[in-house]
Amino acid sequence: MTQDHLQKYLFLVLGLFAVLSALMVVFTKNPVHSVLYLVLAFFAITGEYILLNAQFIAIVNIIVYAGAIMVLFLFVIMLLNLNKETEPHKNPYLKFAAVITSGLLLIVIVGSLKAADNAIATPYQGGKGLIENLAEVLFHQFLLPFEVSSILFLAAMVGAVMLGKKDIK
Amino acid sequence: MTFTGFLIYKALLVLIVFTISLVIAMYSTYAERKVAAFMQDRLGPNRAGPFGLLQPLADGLKMFMKEEIIPNVSNKFLFILGPSIAMFTSCVTGAVIPWGGSLHIGGNVYPLQVTDINIGILYIMAITSIGVYGIMIGGWASNNKYSLLGALRASSQMISYEIAMGLAIIALVMHTGTLSLNKIAAMQTGWHWNIIYQPVGFIIFLICAFAETNRTPFDLPESDSELIGGYHTEYSSMKLGFYLFAEYINMFISSAIIATLYFGGYHMPFIDRLGLSDNFGAILGIVFLFSKIFFFIFFFMWVRWTLPRFRYDQLMNLGWKVLIPLSIFNVAFTGTLMWIFGRIH
Repeated sequence: MTQDHLQKYLFLVLGLFAVLSALMVVFTKNPVHSVLYLVLAFFAITGEYILLNAQFIAIVNIIVYAGAIMVLFLFVIMLLNLNKETEPHKNPYLKFAAVITSGLLLIVIVGSLKAADNAIATPYQGGKGLIENLAEVLFHQFLLPFEVSSILFLAAMVGAVMLGKKDIK
Repeated sequence: MTFTGFLIYKALLVLIVFTISLVIAMYSTYAERKVAAFMQDRLGPNRAGPFGLLQPLADGLKMFMKEEIIPNVSNKFLFILGPSIAMFTSCVTGAVIPWGGSLHIGGNVYPLQVTDINIGILYIMAITSIGVYGIMIGGWASNNKYSLLGALRASSQMISYEIAMGLAIIALVMHTGTLSLNKIAAMQTGWHWNIIYQPVGFIIFLICAFAETNRTPFDLPESDSELIGGYHTEYSSMKLGFYLFAEYINMFISSAIIATLYFGGYHMPFIDRLGLSDNFGAILGIVFLFSKIFFFIFFFMWVRWTLPRFRYDQLMNLGWKVLIPLSIFNVAFTGTLMWIFGRIH
């Protein structure tokens, strides 16, 4: 088995793993298990990034998504103590609306990906996700949008703090 | 070097690093009790073997022999997964630490580092952030309110201090210009240790290391007077042993990281002027690195038996209102200095 074969199989196995755990996120009843499956899916995607020679993106994916955001999700779920017995039955209209909106999102994603130029990612080459190349793009080419997006985050943070306050003076 | 030879050499290195981590963690438990005894004017363990040196083995045996209890109401798989993750994350960090220079044997160069990935520091941050899961899953799967409270305390503490730790590392990376631990260690030749350039960053990093390893004065997750045992209340036998052991491995690894990032790694002033052969220098480098590591392990214990525990609000105030602003200031200050000295164009 050559290296190319190995990478191809790894790619397929990781992809399958990612899709399966993503499906389990939706189908499992217990919310804590959902979060843990989502973490697994993130790990599989991280593996794909490493195969594409994008180590920086891979590791940031773990730090930000698996390490921070999912921990907060877990936090909230544990504090709310959501169990499958106590889970309230959702309104069927809500379910209907959820299906329509996620279907629309799917159409948007598929449409935008179809329009994108069909670049074939060669495994373990390129290096667009290496830290030097990414910094070049973020801090030279798109410096202003990058900085503006941080203001967006700040606004969200301030908003969250304001909502969390009990009495606003 | 052939590919097979390369694989054997890496496997051997992994095995050695793994064994050393476990042995040092094992004897850290002994050292902890001896240091505590010394500070409290006692003798400490002295029954098993000469000077009580076999005490860790006796403790390990005791842990294995104890009855293993898995609560009926808890989720069995997650209950076992918790300590496994804790042990796993504390063992894999050693892969990116440069334990010494390179050995030259038979025309081949053998770097004493398992893997020199170009994002070594971020890898450590990632593993640290994954380490939270071991505690959270264990605490939740125990189905016990003390465990859950301990797990929530632990994870909120670790998340809070990760931010300041990351910001301290940013200032260090600005100074070194690389994320590879091998390069960071290699550039601190002689007395050019990073502690001289990043004193504030070092103090922030040290405090955060204490918080990340759940050591006193940040041992709120397992404060026995409030939470019985915290996240591992329901654990018995070797699963409890895994949690406790993971803490000692973490202590060893964080000492190694502190020594590598801020205290010159395997370098020592004036040794490079002695004109030693490469191999002898590399071996001496390992000795230097481990003496620094042992000092920091002792420092961890020294602090534990000296300082009282923080109150929870004090912990959060220190993390969010002192350390994070201080580390942001440190980043800005480092940037300004670099700009003044013309290292930024």
